[in-house]
Amino acid sequence: MIKVQMQDFDVGTELSAMTRDNHSIGGQGCFVGLVRDMAGDKKISEMALEHYPGMTEKQLKKIEEEALSRWPLEGVLIIHRYGRLKPGDQIVLVATTSEHREAALESCHFLIDWLKTKALFWKMESGKSGESWVQASDKDEDAASRWDGNAP
Amino acid sequence: MRLLYFGWVRTQIGISGETLEPPAEITDVRTLVEWLKKRGESYRVALEDLTTIRVAINQEMANLDATVSSEDEVALFPPMTGG
Repeated sequence: MIKVQMQDFDVGTELSAMTRDNHSIGGQGCFVGLVRDMAGDKKISEMALEHYPGMTEKQLKKIEEEALSRWPLEGVLIIHRYGRLKPGDQIVLVATTSEHREAALESCHFLIDWLKTKALFWKMESGKSGESWVQASDKDEDAASRWDGNAP
Repeated sequence: MRLLYFGWVRTQIGISGETLEPPAEITDVRTLVEWLKKRGESYRVALEDLTTIRVAINQEMANLDATVSSEDEVALFPPMTGG
């Protein structure tokens, strides 16, 4: 399931909703991304997340389908926020369920790596020195390409 | 043609989107971008380095050689930084 939303989410509520009625699930993997208060050596007071309404959801759906085709999963949940966020705020939740832990943990890792470089979001950080767009990092690109053609 | 700009492409050009009618000889993304760059300094700077520009046509990722027509929604943006 894909949710692109401005409002915050409750991790506990979201995780238990995924497993409540499915007792073949033996494991759940989960990643929560948060806004940090530092970018390099710069102090951050706010982060604004821009997205491409319509296409962002479509692209996330494709990423979800890729995970479902690679691992035996019972469920996938991606919640990604947009709008203005403060340090400490939750940005993203990725959760996966499976019969066993390997598929749940690996697919969760895969999803957040692909989200970083393939999901249609752009971050702008604000601090004392003004506003600046976050630059895409080679490290994130390497992390995503690690999964290229790498079915389990 | 509906054009959309995101991230620093948007802030550099100064608008989030516009509807334009490129001349008939504009048939792919590369020639479209070259044509846009002639619209002004803000476009020229935003689209100067094509290695940092990503493209979507009708909400599907595309490359610079992809064909475009006047019916299309074309989005230009920098590499994504989500997650």
